[in-house]
Amino acid sequence: MREEIIVAGSGGQGIMLAGNIIARSALSSGKYTTFYPSYGAEMRGGTANCSVIVSDKEIGSPVISSPSVLLVMNEQSLIKYLPRVKKNGLVIVNSSLVKSYPDASIQVPATGIAIELGDVRAANMVMLGRLIFGTNIFSKEIVTEVIKDVFKGKQEFVAELNIKAFLKGNNYDKKS
Amino acid sequence: MGSNKILMKGNIALCEGAIAAGCDAYFGYPITPQNEVPAYMSGKMVQLDRVFVQAESEISAINMVFGAAVCGKRAMTSSSSPGISLKQEGISYLCACELPCLIVNVQRGGPGLGNIAGSQADYFQATKGGGHGDYRMIVLAPYSVREMYEFANISFQLSEKYRNPVMILTDGIIGQMMEPVSIEDNKREPITRSSTDGWCLGGCLGREPRSIKSLFMTEGVLEKHNYHLKNKYDLIKKNEVRYEEYLTEDAAIVVIAYGISARIAKSAVRKLREDGIKAGFIRPITLWPFPYDKISEVSSCVKKILVAEMNLGQMVEDVRLAVNGKCPVEFIGHPGGGLFTDTEIKEKLASMF
Amino acid sequence: MKKIYFKTESLKNTIFSYCPGCGHGIIHRLVAESIDELNIRETTIGIAPVGCAVFAYDYWNFDVTEAPHGRPPAVATGIKRCCPDKIVFTYQGDGDLAAIGTAEIVHAANRGENITVFFINNANYGMTGGQMAPTTVLGQKTTTTPFGRNSSRDGYPLKICELLSSLEGVCYLERVSVTSPKNVLAAKRAIKKAFQNQILKKGFSLVEILSQCPTDWGKTPMDSIKWIDEVLSKTFPLGVYKECAKK
Repeated sequence: MREEIIVAGSGGQGIMLAGNIIARSALSSGKYTTFYPSYGAEMRGGTANCSVIVSDKEIGSPVISSPSVLLVMNEQSLIKYLPRVKKNGLVIVNSSLVKSYPDASIQVPATGIAIELGDVRAANMVMLGRLIFGTNIFSKEIVTEVIKDVFKGKQEFVAELNIKAFLKGNNYDKKS
Repeated sequence: MGSNKILMKGNIALCEGAIAAGCDAYFGYPITPQNEVPAYMSGKMVQLDRVFVQAESEISAINMVFGAAVCGKRAMTSSSSPGISLKQEGISYLCACELPCLIVNVQRGGPGLGNIAGSQADYFQATKGGGHGDYRMIVLAPYSVREMYEFANISFQLSEKYRNPVMILTDGIIGQMMEPVSIEDNKREPITRSSTDGWCLGGCLGREPRSIKSLFMTEGVLEKHNYHLKNKYDLIKKNEVRYEEYLTEDAAIVVIAYGISARIAKSAVRKLREDGIKAGFIRPITLWPFPYDKISEVSSCVKKILVAEMNLGQMVEDVRLAVNGKCPVEFIGHPGGGLFTDTEIKEKLASMF
Repeated sequence: MKKIYFKTESLKNTIFSYCPGCGHGIIHRLVAESIDELNIRETTIGIAPVGCAVFAYDYWNFDVTEAPHGRPPAVATGIKRCCPDKIVFTYQGDGDLAAIGTAEIVHAANRGENITVFFINNANYGMTGGQMAPTTVLGQKTTTTPFGRNSSRDGYPLKICELLSSLEGVCYLERVSVTSPKNVLAAKRAIKKAFQNQILKKGFSLVEILSQCPTDWGKTPMDSIKWIDEVLSKTFPLGVYKECAKK
């Protein structure tokens, strides 16, 4: 197997964290992985994206030219990356913020769900949950463990909230 | 893939490698894409009761390294292309005074302020002498996070063995990317120090005073000093050439690349082999001393050679020197922070058959 | 027989190659005497500048390193941070310290590096043949100010002690000259104090020494001394510019 995943949005949306969790989950699953971040010049509000490759084989370039999976958190990123997605690639959009999504994409109102859960910042976890369900690259248990580990050292409810958001995304719209 | 691995950024692996190798002092100045290095060192080095100073410029940072090296300490600095340009004065003095140290260039696009994307456009600067005078610097090019970790150690060893600065020439992609790396040997003993007896300064207690200098005004003395340096460089050329060879034995076409380009070229070769096409791969690990002999040898047995670099063609000149007309040498490059895809290199190689 | 004059241990038995009437010889000796009186010769590392005093290691009988032009404060920082038990000093001219090395001296001072700096101000670039220095006074003729230094074209004399006196990291700043026995003794006191401050870990100390350069000034040694007393020290008044309370 090999998945080339681009996670994209604006700075401050937890893009790097979501990508990082995918790569760490790959590591826990014994797969090869690379994570490559790309920031705009701004720390907040600019564009942010990262490329994560998960594979059974050694990985050459960590940079992705045509992703097999695109996860987008804002409109700008969709415009930039949609044309690059592989044929039959998986596109997951945060439909709370992205309005011009293609019909073939999976729409998750992640920001809305996160607000309902009590923290808008957890939108990335909702999206990540849906991505894991959509790609089935790792079990949700593996990812849950990684999330726990990532928030280790913070107050307990932070990890709990993020896991809740992740599972909510994982279960969202399971029909599609 | 063992479970004892952790996901780590190239720049952080470099820091961990340097710390594990017993780096005494780090001096640096912020510049993207190497900012993780001073940030990480500012915490770790201080916790370990070692020296960290954020200098007022790259010029000061390299001169602080000079000071640390003068008194026999294991010192390093890091920067990215525009900052490395500023360090060239200091590098020339370090080479002239035969002071060991580690200089890391996490290359970005140039010339000028360029951009913050990874690049390989500083090959000439690193290997041909970016500063003034006849000098050489050992240049190592890692191509993975693991090598960022290991090469810090190797660099300190080589620099002390030959009393010469060593540069790790990497790029923004290797520096910024994360991949699993095992650092279980993190707790190993720092590498043994080559003796600094006989040259370093530390006060003249119990011995004659010493001076460290690069000014030789008496007639003929500087020429002699240059020949002394040349003998050392010849020894390094003889002993320290490093490269990786992959499937060259039966290859009809070989691609030569280093650093991030080598990763991509290697996966292109792997894909061609899956299609039954006999491609091979050579990766210079030391860019100076350059593996001229190996490439010369391979060039007599292959039809063509391709050089892939993220610049307009720099290492290709060394490859052509090595090949010396024995086979055609083609070039594929991306300047200004552009990056290859493996498909691109694969197609180029396939077109050469 | 009582010995009343002798070569102090920190000076090698070498004849100075400086021009007749040059201040460097006197100042080298004051530095060497202070080091011996404080008994720190065997733990001292000096840093020579690029300029006339680049050959200081030919005269000083202790460890000395060269540094690139203007960079001695950065080199000193590297040495002192790595070897805090050594006594580290730089010896720099006005081109080295106040022009090409302005960033290095300001930031070493501002960090409060526990080092000692001797700043030799002779109002021109001596080694390269008498060009304008940052410290050249208004109206002074040099090879690059043939009509005299003109503020609208060349700017103003840079006053290092005054400039550094506003920095919190600085412990001690004094400007002295070596134009008379009295001034030489005062210079010696300042030089010794600047070393003592380092021994006591009080932080950054700099002594600026107005020094004569008869050859490049086109003056006799005696006229040079007179010019310092009557002209140069009007732009650069002698005195203590900063002295920190005990740390």
